[in-house]
Formats: sequence, structure tokens, C-alpha cells
Amino acid sequence: MSASSAARTPASEALFDPRLARRKLSGTVFLSACLLAIAVLLLALLLLLIDVLTKGVPFLDLDFLGGVPSRIPARAGILPALVGSLEISVIVGVTAFPIGVAAAIYLVEYAPDTFITRLLRTNIANLAGVPSIIYGIFGLAVFVRALHLGYSLMAGALTLVLLILPVVIIASMEALRAVPDSQREGAYALGATRWQVIRGAVLPSAAPGIMTGIILAMSRAIGETAPLILVGAVTFVTFLPTPLENGYTVLPIQVYQWATRPQADFQAIAAATIIVVLVLMLLLNLLALVVRARLSRHVSW
Amino acid sequence: MSPSVAEARSAGIDPGVAAADPAPARAPVRIASRQGAAEAGAADREISIKLEDVSCYYGSFRAVQGINLEIASREITALIGPSGCGKSTLLRTLNRMNDLVPVFRLEGQILLHGQSLYGPRVDPVEVRRRVGMVFQKPNPFPKSIYDNVAFGARVNGYRGNMDELVEQSLRRAALWDEVKDKLRQSGMSLSGGQQQRLCIARAIATEPEIILMDEPCSALDPRATLQIEELMFHLKRDYTIVIVTHNMQQAARASDITAFLTMGADRAGYLVEVGPTSLLFTSPREQLTEDYVSGRFG
Repeated sequence: MSASSAARTPASEALFDPRLARRKLSGTVFLSACLLAIAVLLLALLLLLIDVLTKGVPFLDLDFLGGVPSRIPARAGILPALVGSLEISVIVGVTAFPIGVAAAIYLVEYAPDTFITRLLRTNIANLAGVPSIIYGIFGLAVFVRALHLGYSLMAGALTLVLLILPVVIIASMEALRAVPDSQREGAYALGATRWQVIRGAVLPSAAPGIMTGIILAMSRAIGETAPLILVGAVTFVTFLPTPLENGYTVLPIQVYQWATRPQADFQAIAAATIIVVLVLMLLLNLLALVVRARLSRHVSW
Repeated sequence: MSPSVAEARSAGIDPGVAAADPAPARAPVRIASRQGAAEAGAADREISIKLEDVSCYYGSFRAVQGINLEIASREITALIGPSGCGKSTLLRTLNRMNDLVPVFRLEGQILLHGQSLYGPRVDPVEVRRRVGMVFQKPNPFPKSIYDNVAFGARVNGYRGNMDELVEQSLRRAALWDEVKDKLRQSGMSLSGGQQQRLCIARAIATEPEIILMDEPCSALDPRATLQIEELMFHLKRDYTIVIVTHNMQQAARASDITAFLTMGADRAGYLVEVGPTSLLFTSPREQLTEDYVSGRFG
């Protein structure tokens, strides 16, 4: 310290050019840019919401939720689509959860770090970016035709499972990788086997992240339209779908069908349906929050 | 490890040549019995672990070479030495934690009461129940305090009274009074020193014979450090403790026997000297030891 104070001369001081005001200004500029980005996003969202709400709310009532589609907009309802969406999301959740988590556990905890493993990981990330219509074509070939599921809700659900699996796997892998190795070592040092380490130490720590990933993936499945058109979701269904029989529809397809009609009233009930989809997604996101909070009450690092 | 492997390679060191050079093969170091050390009353110390010419490799990099060492029951043995000299690697050979590293390889023998720890029929999982470990950074599980302590017992199929085991383990780790009213709270809600004692309680609960401690106080403040050292002093009545420490005062304060390791030109760690702590710190036989304990090196 004494050496540095001895070296502090007017000459060395002159080498510094603090320009404090300018440094602070650049920070302010950056912050403004960030705020502007947020504002653009919020504004777009707000406009969309206002438009949908003003058009749709007048049509939202129990008759609308509990009714079936009709050629007369005022009498039309969305019950078959609502039930179809709920059934699909349950099947998707129940199927994608074990497959996705097991695949992620294998890739993170078991697979040796070889070229093939890395190739696999990269490809899963790529699969998440494949256009959803491609999954529809695949589902048509495999589930509808090869497995003879026909144009059933099950074929649609399984197609969506494939669609969200990469997302589920990637989210689960991130959650597993976020568990510090010290946790694994701690469990190994107590005489746990590999599976006991995973079950007892890794999964409880990773559970909040995994569950959040699953639920968010499910909400993506609920909003999907394109692949379902290919695997047989139809636009005019007046009965409640069962998983294995032909004929079902889901909310986004109902929206698509009504929104493409020229009549203003159909546009309005499309808006009302969008509100229902939004509420469903909001509920799922809320569920994700609650699950995360409950599962992570012990986790803090 | 890979950078050091690369360095060793680029330095053109031939492991075969370097092997003999820095550490001439030593006979196992005999240590005179220390007064009050052997609780059993016998003059001869009971040897718990015996390392015979142990070398450790990570791939082609030799981290530790030619260690001969005897570790006595119910004493605290401290491993000291500069960073990177292989203290932790050596410690982790004792509960086969190194087996988790795919490229790890061990040469030589480690005997636990005369039985080889690395024998063909020995399962590392079973070894780790008998040789517990406490890590540098407290690593409680994100579970309740109770479940943290019960974890090791559960995975090993403990069939006794779990409540009693948990209480007894926490008492031995000098933590019971602080946590008895909040056993359902998260282990991670405790302070750093409490977390480390929780980890000790967790290790004790599998009823090991030996407890390994890898710089257990390096993340703790002086007060918590002192608590752990006092705890170690009580624990050595029932357990054999091997501790790696960077803190020479800690080795001097808390251990019965100190082993000093350093590394050779090829960065492989070797044992310079081992002896009763008081002797090693006051009148070391080797110049290297004296330089290190007097702070002139390392």
C-alpha cells in the first residue's frame, strides 16, 4: 500500500480519465433500451388482450362453455373442444412425463460422455426446433396409419407427446444438471448406490425444475393447432370425444375454424374461445408456480 | 485434471523415469505410541488402515505416487501439504470415492484391518458405509434435518429405531440441542457451521468406523471451525479420523499424527514425512517439512 501511495504522482494521475458522467450516461442509455423493449412487448400484449376481451366477453357464459358448435353463432358452444383439449392435455402430461424424465435421467446421470451421447443431445435440441406440422405428418404415418389408431384423440395426443418431448427432455436435463455434484458425492459417500443417489439426492433437488418444464410443455401442447389438423382433429364436432373413437376437436382448432369465417359474430365467439384458452394456460402456469414453490421449499443454493 | 495431464505431457516427463526420483521408496513409517492416544490401554496402536506403495493415476497423469502410510484407530491423522499435492486424492482412495472418476486408477494396496479395500470382491458402495466422509463445503441434502441424518441409514437398510438413531447421531455431532425443536425444517436453513455438523451427524448415522474429512472447515468462520475441532476431539474416542487441511494451525491443534505431502517435478504427490504432530511441527526430520511448516514454502 505504501508503495502505491508513494508512486501516486501528478504524472501518473494524469493517465486516468474518469469521465464519470459519461460512464453513468451509458448505463442510463442501456437501461432505457431495456425498458423500451419491455414496453413494446407489453403494448403488443395489451392491444391483443383488449381486442380479444372486448369482442369475446359478451359471448362468454355458461351456455357458451356448455354448448356445442352451431351454425348460428349466438347458439354455438365449445364444450366438445374444451373437453377434447383437457383430455389431450391429460394424456400428453401422463405420457410425456415418464418418457421425458427417464430419457433426461439417462442422458445426464448414466450416459458416458462420448461422441454419440453428445450427438444425441444436440439432436434433441434440434428436434425442439422442428416445425410442428412435421410432427403432424409423422403422427399421420405412424399413429393414424401404421398403428391403426385412426383419426382419434389418442393419435392426436401421442403426436403432441412427440412434439413436446424434446422440450420436456431439455428442461429436465437442465434441472438435473443444475443439481451440484456435491449433492451426488454426499449421497455416494453415505453408501448409496447409483440409483439411490439419483432417487434420494438428485431427483428431489431437480423436481421443481422438472415439474415446471412439464407443465409449461403441456401448456404448449394445449395451444398447438397445425399437427392436429393432419392427424384428424375436425372442425365441427357436436359430441364429447372419447380417446379411441374417431372425431374430436380442440380449442385452438375451434378458434381457427370460427376466425376464418367472414361473419362478425363468428369472429366474436372465436375471441371468446381464445379467452378460454388463455385462462386454461394461465391456470397451468399458476399450477407450475405452486408446484415449484411446494417442491423447492427445502432447496436453496 | 486434464490441464495438469497436458502439462505433464508437454513437459515431456516420462512417468517411468520420474517415478524413482523425487521420492525414494520408503519403508512404512513407524510411529511411537503417543501417551493417552490409545484408549484401549495397549501400548501398541491398533492400525486401522495401511497403505502400501499406493499410486493414483487420472488417465496417464500420476497424481500420487508411492505412498506408504499407517493410520491408527481412534486417532486423528492430518494430511497437510501444498495445493495440488494429492492430499484429497489420497483421502478419497480410502472410501473409494475416486472410483466415480472414470479415468481413475490405483496401484498398490490399501488394507482396512488387513483386508484389501480394492480387492476384486469388494463393493465400493459397502466400503463407503464403513468409511464416512465430510466434504469441504457443507452439502446437506434439500431435505429436512431429520431426513438428512436418516438418509444414509435408510439407503443401507437400517432396521432399528430411526428416531433414536437420528437423535443419537445429532447428539454425537453436538448439534442436537440446537435443532431438536426443528427436525422437520430444511437442513439448508442452518448456518454453515451447523450444516457441517449436520453432515458429520449424517456420516455418523451409517455407523462407520472411519470418518474422512476433506478440509471440513475451509468454508467456516473461526468460531464454527473451533466447534468442529472440539467435536473431532470427542469423536476420536469412537472413530478413526483422517483430515485433509490447508490450515497448519488446525493440523497442529487438532491432530495426533501429521503426514506431510508435497509434489515432485512431475506434479505427482508423495509423502515426505509422517510423525506425531507435536514432533513434526517442532523438530521435523526433513528440510522440506521444516520449510513448509515454518511457512517458507507453500
